[in-house]
Amino acid sequence: MLNYLVLILGCQLLGELAVATFHVPVPGPVVGMVALFGLLTVLGRIPEDLSALADGLLRHLSLLFVPAGVGVMLHFKLLGSDWLAIAIPLGVSAVLTIAVTGAVMNWFAKRAKQQTGER
Amino acid sequence: MAGLKDIWVYLSASPLLHLTLTLAAFQLGNWCYMRSRMNSLLNPVLLAIILIVSLLVFTATSYQEYFDGAQFVHFLLGPATVALAVPLYRQVERIRHSALAIFTSIGAGSLTAILSSLAIGYVAGLSKTALVSMAPKSVTAPVAMGISEQLGGLPSLTAVLVIVTGIFGAMTGPMILDAIGVRDWSARGLALGTTSHGIGTARALQVNEVAGAFSGLAMGLNALATAILLPILWKAFF
Repeated sequence: MLNYLVLILGCQLLGELAVATFHVPVPGPVVGMVALFGLLTVLGRIPEDLSALADGLLRHLSLLFVPAGVGVMLHFKLLGSDWLAIAIPLGVSAVLTIAVTGAVMNWFAKRAKQQTGER
Repeated sequence: MAGLKDIWVYLSASPLLHLTLTLAAFQLGNWCYMRSRMNSLLNPVLLAIILIVSLLVFTATSYQEYFDGAQFVHFLLGPATVALAVPLYRQVERIRHSALAIFTSIGAGSLTAILSSLAIGYVAGLSKTALVSMAPKSVTAPVAMGISEQLGGLPSLTAVLVIVTGIFGAMTGPMILDAIGVRDWSARGLALGTTSHGIGTARALQVNEVAGAFSGLAMGLNALATAILLPILWKAFF
């Protein structure tokens, strides 16, 4: 288990280094995710202990956003009197993004199902 | 009473108190969420944040003091993001199969997020600074803050709007997708991850493994897409 914790932290470190060196426009951990994905592709399977460790880390993923979220308390003033003019575009835009992304992918998925059905 | 005050002073100086507070508040939020049979409106992250902010304001504790304890939880966000490679790899066949569909959907979602927030924000009369701070709201926080800064926005405002969008999308997403008849798990995952980055992915993972994997993928790809598209569109319009 400890081996795989080292592996995960190593991938993150690699990601941070890559971002700092090549100025990639994504965060280090996302590059780390790609690195681990690449390793798994080369390996061709997921080691059982890594699987268990990843599931453990991800089981309460939403908890990990709480400390950053509490940071909202620092910025009440920034939103100030503009808050409604910001809240409405933000909300409408989020709803549109969900609907468009979901609908486009759903259309592809349905089409793929029909095609395999016809065969 | 002096004894009690001494204990308080001791505890509030150690990371233990705020670490425990973070976990306990989330547990309570999660309990409410479970009791409501996973009603997405009772988002555990939102409930925990409201509870903790109220307590901190009430006890006149600064965010810095709180974060000294909570940073241990915050740190795990990095390794957890790396660990998303595992559910992603479990879906590797499915992803390879529908690569074109995935890129098209996330591209469409990314464009929708940027253009709609710029257009509606412009009509609502927002300043240029506020507009560009809001435009990357669907992107995971570190990338969004970088884009915002690069284009003359306020990174700290962007960070707040990113978290708000994450929670709002995770709360309303499942209902919107039900309403427009999107039942495919990969489509639901992509929609949540594109709109609500990590917070949407956390929510998707809880519901379905396929949705979780696609959401994590969408989070990464949308960060990349927005980092490329937003500067181009911003310079074209403003």
